[in-house]
This record gives sequence, C-alpha cells and structure tokens, in this order.
Amino acid sequence: MGGPGTGKTVFALQALVNAARDRKQPGIFVAFEEHPEQIFENAATFDWRLPALAKDGIFFLNAQLSPTVVQSGDFDLGGMLAILEAKKLKLGARWIVFDGIDVLLALLPGPGSAMREVYRLRDWLAHNDLTAIITTKIDGGESAAANYGFMQFMVDCVIRFDRRLEQAISVRRLEITKYRGSDFAAGEFPLGFGPTGMVVAAPEAVQDHDDASTERVSTGFAELDSMLGGGLLRGSSTLITGAPGTSKTTLAGKFAEAACQRGERTLYVSFDEGGDRIRRNLKSVGIQLDAHVKSKLLRFYSGRTDQVNPEEHLTRIAVLLREHQPRCIVVDPLSAIAKTGALSSARAVCNRLIYKLRDLNATAVITALVDGDDPQAESTALQISTIADSWIHLSYLVHGGERNRALTIVKSRGTQHSNQVRELMLSATGPALADVYSAGGEVLMGTLRWEKEAEESARRLKRHAEYSKKHRELEFAEAAIAARIAALQLDLERQRAELALYTRDGAARQTSSGERKQELRRLRRVDTASVMTSMPAKRHAGRGSPRARKNGNGGREPRRGA
Amino acid sequence: MARKNSGKGAGAPQVTTVVVMRLYIAGSAPNSVKAIANLQAICDQHLKNSYRLELIDVCEYPQRALADGVLVTPSLTKVSPGRTANIIGNLSDTGSVMAALGLHTRAAE
Repeated sequence: MGGPGTGKTVFALQALVNAARDRKQPGIFVAFEEHPEQIFENAATFDWRLPALAKDGIFFLNAQLSPTVVQSGDFDLGGMLAILEAKKLKLGARWIVFDGIDVLLALLPGPGSAMREVYRLRDWLAHNDLTAIITTKIDGGESAAANYGFMQFMVDCVIRFDRRLEQAISVRRLEITKYRGSDFAAGEFPLGFGPTGMVVAAPEAVQDHDDASTERVSTGFAELDSMLGGGLLRGSSTLITGAPGTSKTTLAGKFAEAACQRGERTLYVSFDEGGDRIRRNLKSVGIQLDAHVKSKLLRFYSGRTDQVNPEEHLTRIAVLLREHQPRCIVVDPLSAIAKTGALSSARAVCNRLIYKLRDLNATAVITALVDGDDPQAESTALQISTIADSWIHLSYLVHGGERNRALTIVKSRGTQHSNQVRELMLSATGPALADVYSAGGEVLMGTLRWEKEAEESARRLKRHAEYSKKHRELEFAEAAIAARIAALQLDLERQRAELALYTRDGAARQTSSGERKQELRRLRRVDTASVMTSMPAKRHAGRGSPRARKNGNGGREPRRGA
Repeated sequence: MARKNSGKGAGAPQVTTVVVMRLYIAGSAPNSVKAIANLQAICDQHLKNSYRLELIDVCEYPQRALADGVLVTPSLTKVSPGRTANIIGNLSDTGSVMAALGLHTRAAE
C-alpha cells in the first residue's frame, strides 16, 4: 500500500517479471487502474521487455471498469475469480497481482461487503496456491490506512510505500510493516529506480570474503605508495579530503591511470563535471586517460547532482558496476551527493556505496570536498571517513606568501603508514610528492623549502670548506712538528757524535799525559826515593798511591814488605 | 451454453422494441441469485415479453466472460437498443437499473 507515485505498481510488476523471467513462473497481472498498454509503455524504460513476456509469461487482465458502468446494489468478485482461475489453470500461474484493488472495493456498498470480498479473495488464493501481491492506495498516512485495516490483518505481509520531499528532492521509501513467519528488517528503506527497475536499499549482511586481501594496489605515486606501506590494500576504500583546488582529482586521476596501466577495468564516477573535461584537465598534469577510455578499460559516469535524488545515482552506479565489473573505482567527489536532499539520506547512500564496493572487492578512491583546512570538517558532513579504510587529507599550507599543497595520511587501516606531511607538486610531467623540509619544528614548503634547502646546502659547502681547511692546517702543523722532530733528531745525533768524540779525545789526552810523565821521569832518571821525600811523592808513598803500585816500582816493594 | 429466456407473459402492445440483455452470474452466489430475481421482477413489470435475456454463468464459461470484459458478478449488459450499458450489482436499486436500460422514458410514453 502507498500513496500515488510511490512505486506500488512497479514493485508488483517487477515481482512478476522476476518470477516469469528468472524462474519461469508465469503470473497474472490484474490491472484495475491502468490499461495494459499503458503499463507496457510505462515499463518500457526498464529492461524488462514486457511485451515479449506478456506473450507467454505474464497475462494482463484489463480490469478497469468503464466509467459508464452503473452500480446497482451489492456485487462480488466471484465472477472475476472464476475467470482468473480458468486463466491460472491454463497458464500454470504461480503469481498474481491485483493492482489498485481499492478501485473495485470502493464500489462496494459498504465496508462489510469489502471485507467479505477480501476474505473471498484470500480463500480463493489459498485454494489456488497462488502468491498474490495486492496493491492499494492510501492517502494521508495512517487514517486512510485504517480503512483497510482488515486487509492488513488478512494478508501475510504488508509493505508500505511512501514518498516525500526532503529539501525539494523526492525520496521514496519502503517499509515492511508486517511479515508473518519472517525475521524481517524493520524500518524504512530508500527506493530508487534504475534501468533494471526498482532497487531497494536494503541493508545487506556483511559479506565475508574468503580472505581479506593483503595485495597492494599502487596509487600511481611511488612516494605515496611507500608512505602507505606499499600501496592501497586491494578491496579497500580510500577517502581523499581537501579544500577546493587541493588536487583531489589529480590524485584520483593518477590512481585511475595506474589501474588502467595495470590492465584493470576501472570506473570513474564524477559529479557535476563531465568525463571529457576531467580528462582534459588531468592531461595538463601529465595524466593520460583518453587511450584507456578508447580501449574500454576505463568508463566514466558523470552525474548531475542538482535535483537528483542521491538514491538514483546509487542505482545507476550499481548498474555500471554490474556491467563493467571494475576492479578499481574512483568517485569524485562523493560529497556532491550531499548537496541535494537530506543529509541523512546522502549519508546512507554513501555508506551503501562504500559497502557495495567493498563487497565487490573493488579498490576505491573517493574524494570529498571539505570546507576549510580542517580534516575534522569531513567527519561532520558525510561521515565517510569513519567507514573508509584509508584517509588522505590534502591541505594548503600558507607560509611566506605562498600556498603549497600538503598531503597527510590521516589513517590507513592495516598499514604501517607514514606520519609525515609531504608536499604535492604539480607539473606538466605529472604530479610528484616531495619530502617537506622541517626546520625548528616548522614545516617548510615551496620556495621556502627551496630557499632553506639552498641555504642549507651553502652552509654545508661552507662547513665542508672549513673542515678541509682545518684539516690541511692540522696536517701542516703535524708535518711541521714532524720536521722539527727530525731536525732535533739530527741535532741529537750530532750532539751524541760530538760527545763521543769529546770523550775519546779527553781519555786519550789523559793517557798521553801520564805516559809522558813516566817517559819524562824515565828520561830524567829520577830516583824514586828522593823523589818521594823531597817531593809530594812522599804523600804518595804513605797513602799507597794506586798509580805507584800499578806502575810496579820493583825497587820499593820488597822494602815495604821487609 | 447459456440459458436463453425469451419473454413470457402476454404481448405488451405499447412496447415494440426488443431489449437484448446479458446477465453474468457466478453460480449460486447470493448476489447472483438476488440479481436474477430482481431482474426478473423488472422485466415482468416493465418489459413483459419484449426482451431477450442471456444468462451466463462465469464459473462455467470464464472465457466468455473474459471475452466480454466482465469481471465482477453479478453484472448486466444491455446490448440493444441504443448504446451498450453496463450495470453491476445485484440490481436491488430498481431506479438505476431502469435508467440504465432506458426504461423510464419508455414507461412515460
């Protein structure tokens, strides 16, 4: 049940289509509100090929009552059910849809008759073993629904459709209010319409992959890969936040290019900017995507976010994911989704998109615009940062009259990541990351970094020059001392030689003088005794002069002994 | 096949046109039984024998009802004279049935 334009008919018809097409179970569609031709036309936007199915899978019964019909008294559905039963037996139908049964019930003279016919219907369905979808209009919520209260008690499952405006964007929702014998998901779930029909944003159970991948996927920057401990994990989602102009798209484009170069199918979802413009702009920083688009490796989806329900985008992206089977995905910028409609539904869409990508084990790079330089701003907007695996923040650092781009890895699950701020530089040959210069606790970038580096290298040169000068000086001093040592050594040797010479000379002189005296004495034929008494030789005799003894005066010796 | 009732009773001189009708019923469902009785009464009173009524039981002949585009029962179709008219219900409201069959003007003549 639901108000006008909430998707009741599409829902019911889609159930029949699925049964007939996928499970080969024929069905019957009883249209109280529209002519089957109209239904065909309306369903032509979906990929159901309804006219073909109508030939053998689905029987359409035009149950519109002519406006000229006059009502007189009570009636019942017995005839219609008899007709349908005959048809069911012929087709072997398993499903039946009563679309807009309220039109018929309203003609019955009272609620009692309506209730009676609904019970008749239920019994007939049970008897014929048919699964039925009955749609009915309700206006204005609960009070009108109360009129069909008995219907809610009768059926096994009640799905309520709702459409409302959230900030000028129409949002359709579905709620299962009752489902006997089923542990159904409570709450309202958003609906979207895509080429395959209605898509319900139902919460899906977390799909555990056999093993979480540890494979690393390159971001396209060797420097960034090394900061991330080798690259992004396969199947992970990475959020790039930044103010306008901080090169979010450049990073995303580089990732896409690297993915294509590896030969991986890639999907580039862009909002509010066409794929051709993005490619042109990326070309200016040396990122070439045209060839990959031509080779059909890369596909672009460009959505306009003004006046489009975020849900619709998700539906279209889901179709592309199925068609293209990408291994790498770029969404740029996801934050654009939040521009229209209610923030809560945009958040829900973002979450589901990320979960979907994760289930596909596709590696995703998602950019998000944040106001200002504070990365925390993101956490209050779309709250993607909490579910993304990695989070790279780009910011401007204004210093010394310059704006320079800085890259920080805020988080990266399962990765030993660098905590260093890097400078992102753009040039025609491609973007590059530079080590930032940090001096005195301050991060320097741009020309300041260049200046500081130049200054530093000049200082290094100077220090080197000083060092070599000092080195040379010391060498010289050492050499000088060594030379002095050598000179002194020579001097010493000279001295020693002199001393030796002097000593030998002196000895020689003494010997010769003694011998000369002896000689003289011998020549003079001096009497030893007279010499002794008359001359100081007397003292010699008394003391026993060694020289006298040594000289061995044979004449004195025997006398002393006697 | 459907039972065909030709008018009974003596000829009514003032009515020359024969009214052709089909009444679709669902077996012996209460409303169908009532409809037959109500229609019989109207015919007896106003049409005498200048009518032809075809009674179709959709439970027996669903294909016929489908071909004729009849879904709810009981349902009365006036085939001629004039434009085709459809009346659904057990025909308890004699006034509206008479109007749909174009009998009021006739009665006034």
